Amino acid sequence: MKNWIIGGLLAAIGITAAFLAVGSPYENEYGWRGPYDYRYARHREDVVPVQSAAYQEECGSCHFAYQPGLLPVASWQRIMDGLANHFGENAELDKETAGELRAYLVANAADRVGTGRSPGIANSLRGSAPLRITETTYFRRHHHEIPARMVKDNPEIGSFSRCDACHTGAAQGNYDEHGVRIPGYGHWED
Amino acid sequence: MKTSALLTALLLGAASTGLLAADVNDVQGHYRAQGAGPFQSERGKSLWNSRPYEGRQCADCHGPDLTRSGQHQRTKKTIEPMAHSVNASRYTDLKEVEKWFTRNCKSTWNRECTAQEKGDLLEYLKQL
Repeated sequence: MKNWIIGGLLAAIGITAAFLAVGSPYENEYGWRGPYDYRYARHREDVVPVQSAAYQEECGSCHFAYQPGLLPVASWQRIMDGLANHFGENAELDKETAGELRAYLVANAADRVGTGRSPGIANSLRGSAPLRITETTYFRRHHHEIPARMVKDNPEIGSFSRCDACHTGAAQGNYDEHGVRIPGYGHWED
Repeated sequence: MKTSALLTALLLGAASTGLLAADVNDVQGHYRAQGAGPFQSERGKSLWNSRPYEGRQCADCHGPDLTRSGQHQRTKKTIEPMAHSVNASRYTDLKEVEKWFTRNCKSTWNRECTAQEKGDLLEYLKQL
């Protein structure tokens, strides 16, 4: 009888130790940040990070690979329909790759995912489908206080389209203002 | 034994249709198979430096020294060196080479490049 209790205890300790060492799937996925900032652990990121290697490679070789959750389906469709003139550049892809990327973007668009900032972005558009993230009402609302000299006229940046120039966690889908470092200016707080 | 023979046959088949390119010479071979050649570095160089469409030129993004990285004019993203001597891996995938020729010829000159022009450009980049 006693052996049962000791065995059970040992097993419980073992499982707990393994859990702490490896972490639960939840912690792995969300990133363990400790109980003190539980609010951030619940919302692991503002936008779901890029999960398609093809998208990262094909689109990320020329510019920051914007997460699909930053624009709605209709915007991504317009972008994929217009790759022959992609903001003044030709960004054509073979049919197969283009189809793969389109499917990925559509499935993970702002109006298709229900987490983080995506629903807010989608709702701010009221049915419009801008080609630029910087043209969304949501984006403007969050960047209107930043003077031109810090971004547009900042020789180290030049454009708001370069998310990762200031948002240090952009590639991981983190756009929290605490992660903002403006080159030549440093932290930014509202 | 049988498998390796089959694999070799498949590889040879793929290479002859231009799906596989081991190096820049294989890529040029693909253009030669389209009737282009011989390729001249000088012609490639003058094409590289030409500026016929909306004032754009290859160096605007690839930079003045092709043995070093360039920077995309608008997005400021780093573009790895073009010189074959420092970045031969650029020219090992025909599909990749074709993708960039299509995009960049159209972006820079508003038209597709001919097989001859592509071969000449590669000949120039090979000399650097």
